[in-house]
Amino acid sequence: MKYAFYPGCVARGGAPELYDSALAVMERLGIEHVELTKAACTGAGVLQEKNLKMGDILNVRTFAMAEQMGLPIMVLCSTCQGVMAQANHRVKKDPEYLAEVNKHLAAEGLEYKGTTSVKHLLWALIEDIGLDKLKETFTRELTGMNMAPFYGCYMVRPTDALEFKANPTRETSLEDLIEAVGGTVTDFAGKTACCGFPILFINQANSMKMVANHTGTAKDLGADAMVTPCPLCHLNLDGYQPKARKQVRGDKADLPVIHVPQLIGLAMGMSEKALGLQKHIVSTKEIVRMAEALPTRI
Amino acid sequence: MPDAKQGTKQETMHVNLKVKRYDPADSGGKTWWQEYEVDIHPDSTVLDALIEVREQNDGTLAMRCACRASICGSCGMKVNGSAKLVCKTRAIDVSPNGEQMTIEPMGNQHVVKDLVVSLDTFFAQIKRVEPFLQPDHVPAQGEYIASNASMENLLTSMNCIMCGCCVSDCTVLEVDSNFIGPAALAKAWRFTEDPRDGKRDERLKMLNDEDGGMWDCTRCMKCVDVCPKGVAPMDRIMELREAAIQAGNTNTPGYHHTESFYNSVKKNGRLDETRLAIDSAGWTNLPRLLDLAPIGIAAMRKGKLPPLFPHKAEDHKKVKDLYESVEGESK
Ligand code: SF4
Ligand code: SF4
Ligand code: SF4
Ligand code: SF4
Ligand code: FES
Repeated sequence: MKYAFYPGCVARGGAPELYDSALAVMERLGIEHVELTKAACTGAGVLQEKNLKMGDILNVRTFAMAEQMGLPIMVLCSTCQGVMAQANHRVKKDPEYLAEVNKHLAAEGLEYKGTTSVKHLLWALIEDIGLDKLKETFTRELTGMNMAPFYGCYMVRPTDALEFKANPTRETSLEDLIEAVGGTVTDFAGKTACCGFPILFINQANSMKMVANHTGTAKDLGADAMVTPCPLCHLNLDGYQPKARKQVRGDKADLPVIHVPQLIGLAMGMSEKALGLQKHIVSTKEIVRMAEALPTRI
Repeated sequence: MPDAKQGTKQETMHVNLKVKRYDPADSGGKTWWQEYEVDIHPDSTVLDALIEVREQNDGTLAMRCACRASICGSCGMKVNGSAKLVCKTRAIDVSPNGEQMTIEPMGNQHVVKDLVVSLDTFFAQIKRVEPFLQPDHVPAQGEYIASNASMENLLTSMNCIMCGCCVSDCTVLEVDSNFIGPAALAKAWRFTEDPRDGKRDERLKMLNDEDGGMWDCTRCMKCVDVCPKGVAPMDRIMELREAAIQAGNTNTPGYHHTESFYNSVKKNGRLDETRLAIDSAGWTNLPRLLDLAPIGIAAMRKGKLPPLFPHKAEDHKKVKDLYESVEGESK
């Protein structure tokens, strides 16, 4: 498989370990990619608050670039996935609107015909590669490791733009992945809730309560780590966990929050460094130790 | 009990229910889970199943319903964790293979008994937005005239049946009961958009300045997802924000956040996270900036502070041109 790769700003900025681990995993799987270095930010739903059309134009521009290359887009971020899916949904169902958006792209010689699909790495692995094929690349089973899924709003809502009906595996993609690596799912109600990132700078007290509730609840239920397909969720749940847990629960940050390709990398037997696990704010030492203590096969 | 009816119905569906019970009279309030099994017609709703339970198995189960046609808004409950009108939800859609379904009272509202919640929280929120027209003049003769188009525009919000489903599942209300909530904000939008109302600016300013107002929503889309009437409260909240900005309310971190994001992408084609954090806190807000600093320093030690000089998309000049062509158009 080959993709037009759109890593997103966070993987290129605040969460470099996501970018590195994703590339490592893709290489191991023989997934080819061409990075869309000229594409702009998706707007993350924030830019859309001020100017929805501007947001749609930026995203359609990216779709047109991938369309010219004849490749589907792969993203690493729930927010990128959701925002792009919504933009795609809007222009695909309204040809007049698409024509209007296209007008703005003409100066660059771009025109979007509406054929590009956008897939998060997590979905691509399940839908295009297949979990069985993925498993063949694993060198150990993460038996006994309890993982709490955390999707991020944009990976689960709205279900029409995300095409859940046509792709029913999307609803349980994280749980399915956790089981595929041999881990145990720690199910908890907060898994499809909001991490609080969008109000981090607006109402920090509420944002901290969300971080503390999610990480604290998952820990209380026996999770060894939390897995997320969203680097923005990660930024909040990992970066702000020490502050949130102290402020809200009066305890310590004790739940590592890892990215999807880091989980896969652990099953592939990759090292802590290769996966950037030492770059996290909440220590990942214990889960690295657990993984490395498990038997390997070659 | 269901045995008595066996043979009378050709087609039946077996339903497994796990219901959250609450009895306020039992030693200061007791909560427990209770399981029921009933046979119903495959076309039946979850409400039909619950009524069957109440009539055949357990007369003590408290629930509320009236119209049974998704009009009255009284049967909101959580089905498998998300709020629904149970009269609008077919049992077979929730459990196509006979899986057990869990039924709980709605969230973020006070439970009176079993599946019945008090409406006090909901209406206290609605009252905060003064949900009635406040015209600023009396027409010289006849009635207040509004165009068809202006009324059609209000349909989304006017479809609200006050069921409370959105309030039940709102992620902000879960952590902050002072948030005014999705239903009330959608209602407020209905008045700021009504051409007959004379208090648009005051309304926008109030919802902008107020603690728990329009900027506290996290954009999680839960309310859009669960609303049975297509009100899409979050979309209305986004429109309120846009209107508030346009009306000159530029004093909130929310405004600075949106503005900074918009401009960062305009300048760089990408987001500059450092700048976003600082702009949102406000350059002159020293306590907030200091509050952000320790996290920045911790991140830097781990080698992950966003670069001081923003990373630009290769084609950032083209992005800027695009902005200009779109902005020029709206002038
Ligand atoms: S949505 Fe986030 S990660 Fe995606 S491109 Fe924009 S800022 Fe970057
Ligand atoms: S949980 Fe938060 S950061 Fe993650 S996708 Fe949702 S809004 Fe974004
Ligand atoms: S989008 Fe906003 S109002 Fe709606 S449920 Fe989420 S936080 Fe609440
Ligand atoms: S907005 Fe929708 S979910 Fe909320 S009270 Fe009204 S009808 Fe119910
Ligand atoms: S019983 Fe009236 S809305 Fe369900």
